[in-house]
This record gives sequence, C-alpha cells and structure tokens, in this order.
Amino acid sequence: MSSIEERVKKIVAEQLGVKEDEVKAEASFVEDLGADSLDTVELVMALEEEFETEIPDEEAEKITTVQLAIDYINANLA
Amino acid sequence: MSRKRVVVTGLGMVSPLGNTVAETWDGILQGKSGVAPIATFDVSAFSTQFSASVKDFSVDGYFAAKDARKMDPFIQFGMVAGIQAMRDSGLEVTEENATRIGVSIGSGIGGIGTIEDGTLVVEHKGPRRMSPFFVPGAIINMIAGNLSIHYGLRGPNLAVTTACTTGTHCIGLAARSIMYGETDVMLAGGAEMATTPVGLGGFAAARALSTRNDNPTAASRPWDKDRDGFVLGDGAGVMVLEEYEHAKARGAKIYAELVGFGMSGDAYHMTSPPADGAGAALSMQNAINDAAIALEDINYINAHGTSTPAGDKAECHAVKAVMKSAVDQVAVSSTKSMIGHLLGAAGAVEAIFSVLAIRDQVAPPTINLDNPDEGCDINLVPHTAQQRAIKAVLSNSFGFGGTNGSLIFSKL
Repeated sequence: MSSIEERVKKIVAEQLGVKEDEVKAEASFVEDLGADSLDTVELVMALEEEFETEIPDEEAEKITTVQLAIDYINANLA
Repeated sequence: MSRKRVVVTGLGMVSPLGNTVAETWDGILQGKSGVAPIATFDVSAFSTQFSASVKDFSVDGYFAAKDARKMDPFIQFGMVAGIQAMRDSGLEVTEENATRIGVSIGSGIGGIGTIEDGTLVVEHKGPRRMSPFFVPGAIINMIAGNLSIHYGLRGPNLAVTTACTTGTHCIGLAARSIMYGETDVMLAGGAEMATTPVGLGGFAAARALSTRNDNPTAASRPWDKDRDGFVLGDGAGVMVLEEYEHAKARGAKIYAELVGFGMSGDAYHMTSPPADGAGAALSMQNAINDAAIALEDINYINAHGTSTPAGDKAECHAVKAVMKSAVDQVAVSSTKSMIGHLLGAAGAVEAIFSVLAIRDQVAPPTINLDNPDEGCDINLVPHTAQQRAIKAVLSNSFGFGGTNGSLIFSKL
C-alpha cells in the first residue's frame, strides 16, 4: 500500500491534469497547479472517495495546498 | 439598410465516417456507410442494436484532455469541429475583431449521457457525490461557451435548440446576425451524442428507429420501399460564416455564399409531418424567397430524408410542390443513408456537404435506395454520386415539434 502522501499526490495529479512530479507538497492547487473553484470542489470529492471519508465544507475550504490535504487526511484518518 | 452578404470560409466536422471534413467527404462520395453495431453499452435488451457513431475520437491536438474530462462527448465533438473550422478559415482573433466574432452552435438533446450518469450517482451514492462539473458538462450552450473562452470570442454567444433542425437554425440565424451588421464572423453549427441507453431507448420507444439488426449498414435507406426508421448518429459540424467584404479584405478562401434561409412550423403533430409536407414546403419556399433565386439554379437538394416511412414521402411531395417544373433537373439525395441521423448536428454536417457539393460540382449519393417508394419519382441519386453542374444547393432539416429550416448556398 502506498503512503498517504503518495495517494494524495496521485489524485491531485489525476484531477488537475498535471504530472505527478509537479505536485510538490507546498504547491497550491489554485496558484501553482492551475485549479479553478470547481476543480477544487471535485478534488476534495476525489479525496473523500479515495480515503472513504466525508470532509465537511468548512474544512474543505481550508485545504488549499497538497501539504494541507496530506495533513488533513493524516489527522482525521490515521 | 441593404443587408450584408455572407460567405462560408471555414469548415470542421466529426462524423461517423471520420473525424475531419476531408475524411468524411471522401467516404460520402464513395457511398460508404458509417453504421455499425453498438459496442459502448449492453444493447441486448434494445429493439435497435446499432448506430452511426463516431470512431477513434480524441481531443489530442485540439485542446487539453483535462478540460475534455469536464465535457459531455457532444461538447467535445463540437469543440473539435469548431477548432477545425477556425483553423481552416485562417482567421486570427485580435483585440480589435474579437467583439465582432460570435458563436451559434447548439445541440438537439445535449449531454444526455452525463445526465444519465448524474442521475445514477444521486440514486446510488447520494447528492454529495455529484460532480461540480455536472451542469457545465451537460448543458446545451457549452460548445458556444467553451469556444468563446478558447478563442476569446466576445460577440453573440448562442445555442438554438430545435430538435433535428438545430444545426440549420443555428447557421441560418448566425448568418442573419452578419447580414444585419451585428457581427463580421460567426462560428455556426451543431453537435450531438445521444447514443446512450436513455437516448437509444427513448427514440426506440417512439418507434422512430430502424430495427434492421441483421444488416445495420442497409438500415438507413431513405425513400426505399423497405425503409423502417432512422439510424441514430453522433458527431458535429461547424462552419465559419463571414461577411463577404471582411473575407475578401483578408484574402480568405471562400467556399460558397449563404444566400437564403427559411423557417416554418407544421402546426400538426409532435413527431409526424403532415402527409403533404406543407410545413417543409413553406420552409423551402421561404428560403427561396429570401435568396430571390430562380428555381432552375437550384441543382441539388440535400434532403432531410431520415428513412422514416412518413417523413421521406412528405418531403418528396414538398420538393415537387416547391420546385414545380424545375424538379426535373434537380438532384435530391440524403446523406443520412451513410451517416445516419445526427439530430441537432444533422443540419450542420449537411450544410457542409452542400457547400462541398458546390465546390466539387457533385451530388452525393443516397445509398441503399434499391426500390424507390411510390411517388418518389425524382432523381434521388441512388447508390453512386453524380458529377453535375451545381450553381446552388438547398439543404432541409425538419424536427420533432414540427420545426423546419432550409438553407440555400450558392456558388460565389
């Protein structure tokens, strides 16, 4: 099983249509990876699906970078 | 105010016979069929198990795959046809001309496959799993919207939806925008991708489709005695319409002039035309009046000719009524015999065939026309294309609801 970090990066790459090596931990979805507001909604849904969880909207809004997504999953699922 | 002249300067197409205009036109002139068994979903329970679908389609070389993921296939088809047409026209979009270039591309049904998928998500996974791209990925005006974003086109942005007359109306109304002086250039056409379980099931339930499952390539047979319904087709057609002086000033390649557009309503029945084709005849007559053209100059008619028992006969009647003695010299064919019925895209791809018929001085064939039905005693170009002098072409589309449209293109 790949690590949470690897799984998050893979999903980000797939959802935003970028190469996996561009998905650095510090990358912002909107600023660095070209996402728009709808992309980020769909990205959070993909993370929910992958990790079989529900991320409340108020929490989802705070997940703006790859690292914040990894942190959220680690804090809530680990 | 005298109206401006409108010419065709770019063409683009995705069809059951190929994903470019050239490949499709080549197949049309050879009388090839694009009909085949449906392999994209399980059709074992359906009364019709074949379609004229697009094959080997990719947005590669046109726009990003990650954007395509957010678009129903009908939008992808329309985008590719639109981009092909723009490239073919050689038109450059600038700060100066962007506000004078618009888009008028519709669809008869829109993102029915996306709507089916969304419905299943709500049913099985709940509304929280709906994609934020569900709505912009499914609605009918998103070819116009996405092309406008892609090229920075800031003129009128429209998507007329009139069932199987969509493509024809989108082109005719776009031409009028240019004639009126509102725009200099319009991308106009239609797209469709309704070969989905619900699309196929719906048309089958209306008894509109051929059920010739043992011989799909012979199923679309307009005017033939043994025709038993239309064949569902997918694809898109887009043409660049341009004000004549504008096109001339930039040295554009001009295919033909759009000289006439007519419309009418049947006021008769939801899905059937009146037997005398009165609505069809009125639409053709309105286009002929609009063009102020002599009947003898119309040398080819690209018929609606869907291969339904009632529709084909009514159209034949209407052609004879409108063309009067000039009917003896006109060739009338249905390219739907080869590519099926592309619904909202039909009028668009057929307008393109009409323009190419003028360019190449050839009338495309009606394949599978072995035994013309009673009363269909005009030159229906059976089996093989006919080289002939073609000055002007009339193209017909008729749709559910009794909505009709006719375009006339002429040699410049």
